[in-house]
Amino acid sequence: MPDLIEKKNAAIPAQRGADSAEPKPEKARSLGLDAWHDLRKRPIFIVSALLIVLLVLIAAAPGLFTSVDPRAGDLRNHYLTKPDWSDVFGAGWFGYDGQGRSIFARVIYGARASVVVGICVTVGVTVLGGLSGMLAGYFGGWVDAVVSRITDIFFGVPLLLGALVILNAFSVRTVWSVVFALVALGWTQMTRVMRGSVITVKQADYVTAAKALGAGTGRIMFKHILPNAIAPVIVVATIALGGYIATEATLSFLGIGLQDPTISWGIDINSAQKVIRTAPFALFFPAGMLSITVLAFIMLGDAVRDALDPKLR
Amino acid sequence: MGRFVARRLLQMIPVFLGTTTLIFFMVRVLPGDPVAAMWGDKAPDPAQVAAFKHRMGLDKSMIQQYVDYMANLFTGNFGQTMAGRKVIDVIGEALPVTVRLALLAFAIELVLGVAIGLIAGLKRGKSVDKGTLLFTLLLISIPVPVLGFIFQNIFATNLGWVTPTVQDSMNLGQLLLPAVVLGSLSLAYVARLTRTSIVENVKSDYMRTAVAKGLPKRKVIGTHLLRNSMIPVITFLGTDLGALMGGAIVTEGIFNVKGVGNALYHAINLKEGATVSGFVVVLVLVFLAASLIVDLLYAVLDPRIRYA
Amino acid sequence: MTTALETTPKAKERLVPGTPLLEVRDLHVEFKTRDGIAKAVNGVNYSVAAGETLAVLGESGSGKSVTAQTIMGILDMPPGRVTAGEILYRGQDMLKMSGEERRKIRGRKIAMIFQDALSSLNPVLSVGYQLGEMFRVHEGASKKEAKAKAIELMDRVRIPAAAQRVGDYPHQFSGGMRQRIMIAMALALQPDLIIADEPTTALDVTVQAQVMDLLAELQAEYHMGLILITHDLGVVADVADKIAVMYAGRIVETAPVHDLYASPAHPYTKGLLRSIPRLDQKGEELYAIKGLPPNLYKVPAGCAFNPRCDVATDLCRTEIPALHQVTDRDGAELAGRKSACHLWKETLHG
Repeated sequence: MPDLIEKKNAAIPAQRGADSAEPKPEKARSLGLDAWHDLRKRPIFIVSALLIVLLVLIAAAPGLFTSVDPRAGDLRNHYLTKPDWSDVFGAGWFGYDGQGRSIFARVIYGARASVVVGICVTVGVTVLGGLSGMLAGYFGGWVDAVVSRITDIFFGVPLLLGALVILNAFSVRTVWSVVFALVALGWTQMTRVMRGSVITVKQADYVTAAKALGAGTGRIMFKHILPNAIAPVIVVATIALGGYIATEATLSFLGIGLQDPTISWGIDINSAQKVIRTAPFALFFPAGMLSITVLAFIMLGDAVRDALDPKLR
Repeated sequence: MGRFVARRLLQMIPVFLGTTTLIFFMVRVLPGDPVAAMWGDKAPDPAQVAAFKHRMGLDKSMIQQYVDYMANLFTGNFGQTMAGRKVIDVIGEALPVTVRLALLAFAIELVLGVAIGLIAGLKRGKSVDKGTLLFTLLLISIPVPVLGFIFQNIFATNLGWVTPTVQDSMNLGQLLLPAVVLGSLSLAYVARLTRTSIVENVKSDYMRTAVAKGLPKRKVIGTHLLRNSMIPVITFLGTDLGALMGGAIVTEGIFNVKGVGNALYHAINLKEGATVSGFVVVLVLVFLAASLIVDLLYAVLDPRIRYA
Repeated sequence: MTTALETTPKAKERLVPGTPLLEVRDLHVEFKTRDGIAKAVNGVNYSVAAGETLAVLGESGSGKSVTAQTIMGILDMPPGRVTAGEILYRGQDMLKMSGEERRKIRGRKIAMIFQDALSSLNPVLSVGYQLGEMFRVHEGASKKEAKAKAIELMDRVRIPAAAQRVGDYPHQFSGGMRQRIMIAMALALQPDLIIADEPTTALDVTVQAQVMDLLAELQAEYHMGLILITHDLGVVADVADKIAVMYAGRIVETAPVHDLYASPAHPYTKGLLRSIPRLDQKGEELYAIKGLPPNLYKVPAGCAFNPRCDVATDLCRTEIPALHQVTDRDGAELAGRKSACHLWKETLHG
C-alpha cells in the first residue's frame, strides 16, 4: 500500500505539466457580468457604444455642438449654397436647406427627437410587455389565454399602419404622441418574448426550491424569475430600439409623425425631397445621421445578443 | 392535416374579430371630426353637416355604429366614402396593384435573401461573409424613404433605366424598382436569418452523414442543408407578407404607385373612417391568411411539428 | 514502414492475396485552432481485409474517430489537416484522389455508421427518402425503384412493417430502430468496407446486443470489411477479429482479439481490462486508470502514456517507443501482436 501512494505522488508533477495548457477554472460570474466581460472585447460593441454615447450627448445638449439656431431661416443663405467644408461646426458646414436654415444645426438638434422616441418607446414596451409577459407566463391558465389572445390581436395590426391611424387622431403631435402610438402597438412583441422566457425559467429547479422554502409569489417572480428571464427581452429591445427610431423618421417623413416646430430628421428628409436634384446634401445629412443612429443601435443589439446568448446567433 | 387546417381557421375567428374591433375603435373613437374637416377652414353649415352625418350613419350611437360595422364586414359591405363611392370598389381598384407590388418584393427578398444568406453562411468568416454582414446592416439602417430616394436618383435620374415614378401601376416592369425598395429591409433580415441558420446546421451530424453517403455537393446543400435551414426563415417570411402590404404606404408614395398605401394615406388624411377601416380589415385578412399558410408550410417542412 | 496486421483466411477471396482492402500508412492529422496545434493522429498504421473486423479501441481524444473520418474524407478541413501518410483503398491512395473520385467511393465502396442515429439522420426527410437517396444518387434509380429498395433494406435490417413505415421520419422510430436504419443506409450499396463509429454507445444495453449481432451477421453475409470504433471493450469481444488500441493519436497495441484479452502487452491495455467491472470482484473497489487523457496540444514527451503509467521508467519519459513485434517467452514471434511499450516483455510475461 505505501508503495502505491509513492507512485501516485510521483505521477503528479508530470501530470501537472500536461494539464497546464488547459484553461484555468474561472470564478463563477453572473450572466450580466460575464456578458460585460465578453462585450468589452468586441470591436462592434465599442464602436456602437461610443457612437451612442455621442448621440445621447448631442441629444441632451445640442448647444454644445452648435451655437446656430436651427429654426432661424435666412433666405440669403440659399439652399443652392454648397456646403462650406472649411466652416467646421459652423452654420454653413453642411449647407442650408430650402428655407435657408443651417443643415448642420438641424442635424444636431434633430437627434433629440430620435433618441427620445427610441429610448422612451423601448422602455415603455419593455415595461408593459415585460409585466404582461411575466403574468401570462407565470400564472398560465386563463391569464395566459387572455394575454395571448390580446397579443395575437395586436400582432395582426402592422406597426406603421396602426401608428398612422392613431397619430392621425392627434391634431397636435409631439414626441409624446409618437411614443404613445408606438408603445400602444409595440408592447405585445415584448409580451411574447417575456412569456416564452418566463415559461422556460419557471420550470427550473431553483424556482421549485424557492417555492418549497415558502417564498411569496412576488418574491419568486421578481427575485428568482425576472433576473433569469430578462436576457432575451433585453436583446430584442436593443435591436428594436433602432427600428423604433427608423419608424419615427418614416412617420415624420409621411407627415403624420412629428410636426414643426419639433426638429426631426424625418421631417427634414421629407422637405429635402423637393430640392433633391439641386441640393442633394439637404437629404444626405439628415438621412446619413439617421442611418448612423439606427446602425449604432442595431450593432449594439447584435453585440449584446452575441454576448448574452451565443445560441441565438 | 384537414383537422389541423380547420383548427387553425377556428382559432383565427377571435383574432379576426378582435383585430377588426380594435381598428374600429382606433378609427372612430379617437378625437378628430372628419365631417368638419371636409369644410376645411370655412365654417360648416349645421344643417348640411347633420344631413351628411345621417347619411353616413355617424349620428348613431357608438355601439350602434359598431354593430353595423361588424354586421357589414360579414356581408362584404365596407360602407361608402365621403364622396359616395363604395369602399369595396376603391379597395378593388387599389388591392391588385399592391398585391403585385408586395408579391414582387416578396419574391425578391426570398430569392436574393436566401441566396445571399446561403453564400455567407457557407463562407463563414471569409470576406464574402463579412461583406454580407456589412451590406445587410446598411440595408437595415437606411430608412426606407431614404433608400427610395437613393434608388430613384441612381436608376431613374442618373442612369435613366426607369422613369422616376410609376406611370402604369399594373405594369410589373415598372413596379420592379419600387418592389426592390419595399423588399430591401426584409431582404436584409432574410439574408441574416438564413446565414445564422446555415451556420448552425452546416456542422450538424446529419450533414456529415449526407457527405458520408457520397452525395454530390449540390444535393448535400440543396436538399439536406437548405431544407432544415429554411424553417426559421419561413416563419419570418410568413409575418412579412402582411407587413410588406402595410409598408407599401411609403414606397407607393415615393414612386406614385396607385395602390393600397396611396389610397390609405389619402383616406387617413381625410379622416375617411369607413375607407380606412375597410383597407385595414383587408390587410389584416391578408396577414392572417399569410400566417395560416406559413403554419401549414411549417408543418410540411418540419415533420416534428405535430398537427395539433 | 508497413505494419499490416494479420489477415484472417476468409479475407482472401475477392482480393489479390496479400493486398488488404484498406490500409492506413503512417497517417498524421492535426488541428489548427486558436489555442495552438492539436496533434490528433501521429503515425497510425492499420489495415483491414474483406470479411475481417478490426476493432479500434481508445478513449475520447485518442484519435480513433479522427482516423476514421480521414478515411471517409469527412474531416472538417480546416481546421483539420493531413500532414503525412497514405490511405490505400485497394492499393490506391485516396488522399491523392480528386474530390469527385472520393465522393464516388463514399457510401458506395466505404460506408459509415455513426454513433447518434437521431442527430445523424436528417430530421425533416423521411427515412425512405434518406435510404432511397443512396440508389438515386449512386445508381440513378427512379423514385419508385428507390422507394422499393428502401423498403427491402428496412426489411433486411428487420424493421417491422417496413412498407408502412417507409414514409415515417426519424423521430418516429425508437433508438434501436433508428440505428438499424443507419445500418441499412450503410449497407444499401453493399460496400466493401463499413466503418462503425461507436454504433451502439447511444443505445440501451439490451438493444446494443441486437444491433451488434445484426451488424456482424450482415457483415459476414456480404463479406465486408468492418472497422469498429469503440471505447467499450465489452462490445468488441464477440465480433472483432483483431484489435488496435489507440492512445494519444498512436496505436499502442495490436493483437488478435482473444490474445489481447488473455495477455495484454501494454500497460494501458492492461489498465483498460482491469477497469471493466466483473461480477466476481463484488465488493472490491473498481479500478480506474489514474490521471486524465492526454492534452493533444501538449502531448507528454516520450511515451504519451507515461504520466499515467504505473511502471514508467526514465526511458519512457524521454523516448517514444516503437511498435515492437511481440514474441513469446521463447522468442518466437506471436502472429499479429505488436506493442508500443519499452517494457512490453515485462508487461506481457512479468
